[in-house]
Amino acid sequence: MNNEIRIINGIVFDPTNNIDGKVVDICIKDGKIVSEVSKSAKVIDAKGMAVMPGGVDIHCHITGPKVNLARKLMPEDHRLDPHFKTPNTQSGSGGIVPSTFATGYRYATLGYTTAMEAAVPPLTARHALEEMYDTPIIDNGFYVLLGNNLFLQSLIAEGRFAEFKEAVAWWLNATKAYTVKLVNPGGDEPWKGHKNLNVKSIDEDSKATDIAPRKVIEAFIDAVHELGLPHPPHIHCNNLGHSGNYDTTLETMKTAGDRRLHVAHIQFNSYAGEVGKPPKSASKEITDYVNEHQNITCDVGQVMFGKAMFMTADAPLTYLLRGYKKEKWVNADTECESGCGILPFDYQGMIYTHALQWAIGLEIFLLSKDPWRIVLSTDHPNGGSFANYPLVIKLLMDYEFRKVAMRSVNQKAMNSTILGELKREYTLNEICIITRAGPAKCLGLKDKGHLGVGADADVTIYDMLEDKEEMFNAPRYVMKSGQLLIADHEFVSDYTDKKVLRVAPDYDKEIEKVIKPFFDDFYSVNYQNYAIQDDYLHGLGKVIGTKKKNSIYEN
Amino acid sequence: MSAASKDIKVVNEKIVENATCTFCGCCCDDITLTVDMDKKVITKAKDACVLGKSWFLNHVIEDKPIARIAGKEVPLDDAINEAAKILMDAKFPILYGMSDTVCEAQRHCAPIMDDCGGTIDTTTSVCHGPSGMAFQGVGEPTMTLGEVKNRADFVMYWGGNPAEAHPRHFARYAVTPEGMYTPNGKDDRTVVIVDIRHTKTAGVSDIFLQLKPGKDFELLWMLRAACKGVDIPDDCKDICGVEKEVVEDLFQRMKNCNYGVIFFGMGLTMSRGRHFNSGALMALATDLNEFTHFVAKPARGHGNVTGADNVVSWQTGYPFGVNFSRGHPRFNPGEFTTVDTLSRKEADAALIIASDPVANFPKPAIDHITSDKCKLISIDTKNTPTSEAAHVSIQTSTYGINTGGTVYRMDDVPISLRPAFDSPFPSDLEVLTKLRKKVNELSKKANRPYATKKYM
Repeated sequence: MNNEIRIINGIVFDPTNNIDGKVVDICIKDGKIVSEVSKSAKVIDAKGMAVMPGGVDIHCHITGPKVNLARKLMPEDHRLDPHFKTPNTQSGSGGIVPSTFATGYRYATLGYTTAMEAAVPPLTARHALEEMYDTPIIDNGFYVLLGNNLFLQSLIAEGRFAEFKEAVAWWLNATKAYTVKLVNPGGDEPWKGHKNLNVKSIDEDSKATDIAPRKVIEAFIDAVHELGLPHPPHIHCNNLGHSGNYDTTLETMKTAGDRRLHVAHIQFNSYAGEVGKPPKSASKEITDYVNEHQNITCDVGQVMFGKAMFMTADAPLTYLLRGYKKEKWVNADTECESGCGILPFDYQGMIYTHALQWAIGLEIFLLSKDPWRIVLSTDHPNGGSFANYPLVIKLLMDYEFRKVAMRSVNQKAMNSTILGELKREYTLNEICIITRAGPAKCLGLKDKGHLGVGADADVTIYDMLEDKEEMFNAPRYVMKSGQLLIADHEFVSDYTDKKVLRVAPDYDKEIEKVIKPFFDDFYSVNYQNYAIQDDYLHGLGKVIGTKKKNSIYEN
Repeated sequence: MSAASKDIKVVNEKIVENATCTFCGCCCDDITLTVDMDKKVITKAKDACVLGKSWFLNHVIEDKPIARIAGKEVPLDDAINEAAKILMDAKFPILYGMSDTVCEAQRHCAPIMDDCGGTIDTTTSVCHGPSGMAFQGVGEPTMTLGEVKNRADFVMYWGGNPAEAHPRHFARYAVTPEGMYTPNGKDDRTVVIVDIRHTKTAGVSDIFLQLKPGKDFELLWMLRAACKGVDIPDDCKDICGVEKEVVEDLFQRMKNCNYGVIFFGMGLTMSRGRHFNSGALMALATDLNEFTHFVAKPARGHGNVTGADNVVSWQTGYPFGVNFSRGHPRFNPGEFTTVDTLSRKEADAALIIASDPVANFPKPAIDHITSDKCKLISIDTKNTPTSEAAHVSIQTSTYGINTGGTVYRMDDVPISLRPAFDSPFPSDLEVLTKLRKKVNELSKKANRPYATKKYM
């Protein structure tokens, strides 16, 4: 079978290689972008269409134990959104937390070919890998939750930083993760062990471990920097969702100094005002800091009106939010490692706080000066489904549309923001950066997010339409690893050379002797049965190399 | 690789350390097996409980054909082709079981039914199915078992008899282990048993509440009301058989503990009220979080019934009772659960994997599944009444003893198995992989009525 493709006449957007809307041919062979192909290559005529690299989602929740609990929780939601079988694809359920098959297909139908699961407890990481194997088409990887790991916290508390670094590396290897995720560091112990309390400041010592969140954050930033992971610690800051939390966010970013840090769904951490009272926007304070500090990257976590699902390792926050509507709620504690809260939610335009959250997200997009370090996300499904991405793009690209949208939501909220004054409209090139080129760079994925020779042939071709939501909602062609999957908007195959992206930093094997006694005492699973065997990658594993960097601009 | 099996060969004896017992949902992963490789039997199962010992020590490789059609031995591929044809030709094929096999095999089941437009259901529908439905309604605060070991100072069992059904549950996870914040083991815990009779389990309790049969919901609701400040009624004893003072004392203990947990069994889920009972219990655990940290957990039975729930959920969005006849998954317990599809004589082909409905189901269901109106296909590790009644019968190797793979412990923690010795029988995974491929081929040929348009 001929595996060569030549895309002709397309208007190419490839910001990494400084191509901004130029008509050039893109050649594909053996799953990679190449400079030339033979005459027998299949030709795709993309006249009048935009050719972009496949989208990269840097932060979403699509596989793993908490996702599956949320799936089980929502039969009424699946029922409204069936995903039909076709000759080339399997059936599934949609809704705010789609089944694995539907998740893969639906990402592909938005032109996304890579999506990173943002939070998996180490103990149940096998589950996440198994779901990834059942998620077709898209490349995956996951961030492993280590911020509330009691053993690692005890090493920090005792100042054993050298061993700490080795232990972090061991855990990354043992779970096949991509980077470290910190969620509300230090907050689990007061929640689980002290009758549902939480930490309130990053300098507060949580009762159980005598360790301030700042110390935990610092230690992880140091260790990950030393290990040279392609993506820095991915942090869900303390006080997320609370009014007045922007201070905590600024302090967290300052803790990083000039080392790299990725702040996840930063919108949820950009609130002014007083705790317990309605929030105000602190988008300016936050974006000012991000703009000036090249070591910081972030994704927005845009809130979109309609159905959402809180699904987070920040269990105390979820319980607090449950208090509003007393909706069905799931809490799932993982021994020695993590907490988890799940709560169905509905963002409504007429509610002050929800409208304000929506506006703050857009403000952050519009105030940011460096699109390479700010990534489009809805923290799917926390801020809304990934299916909203085309609408977010339209809001960013169309000032008039934004003004109309602002009229239909809570006016008190709109009047308290500067959103109406921000006339900036994103260009297609900038959209290409915040959805593809940028996240690939933030993740340190050199083969993704661009169309230069040697890149993975993940390519999306959109009809150039006036309505940008419509345009980004249905690419005409999607290729993954050089394989044509969607042609004329329909699936022609679901086969791909799927990869599970991970890191494998070196570590001193002696550290296992330090870790094992803790397992023997406090885990319910045998130490020897904990580390995940290579089988669970199903031959799809791809190790991304390590190298110390201080910003995404260093090679 | 640290997780690799540490097999030490001593002549013809093999030791398998850290093996996992898949008899019950405890999935204890600390068993040391001694295997006589000549005779192909396990001679010792150190640390296994009485059930685990019987599971390991009684396992022998039987001298049986791998595949049979209508009782006659046939090559495996013939049996698979016949099974695929039966499923594709059927108007209402069903697939049932899956709780005693690994996730790797389970994940082929929903796609098989997707391709032939059938119904998939697991043994959950006859055990903790009501808990699954209650979960969909009220959610659940829950935990992994290590949290109970480390933190729980209040442990309750409701409608279950772990002393006989999950013998190591007490020692490994919930009652006697010394954990991080429970350094004195049982002395640091209050153990409460709620049941309608004084079982072996009741023997370990600090407090035993003997309920009137069928009054679980009433007691749960009283406790829920107490959370909202409503007094326990004076006629409490008349209502549920327990003294008012005892219930009041119980409520105070629940409210004032540091980390409370309720395990519940089929005494709750399968008695009158079903998912209302499970729902009331989960809602009570949720309510108690107003005062302290409180969790609940169904004590699941079979070795990998939890895995079946998980796999079917991630593939279809629903845990059991899922129908694909309209080209997408639909969930409706009562309509698509196996006892019902059989009792109503709807199913005209049944693929039964690792379970034995012919021995356990209600009579109308058994009558139908063994009749000539329903073509029965069985994939099982042992001869059972179901495999004997089946038109196509395939014998497979046993998970956790002969084949590896993943099982989910009752608390959704995935564990990898370490098989002890090879079996001449194929694994469930091998058989189901082949069957899925065959069904898929036939379904592509069958030209089902979904839109088919050729591009490119």
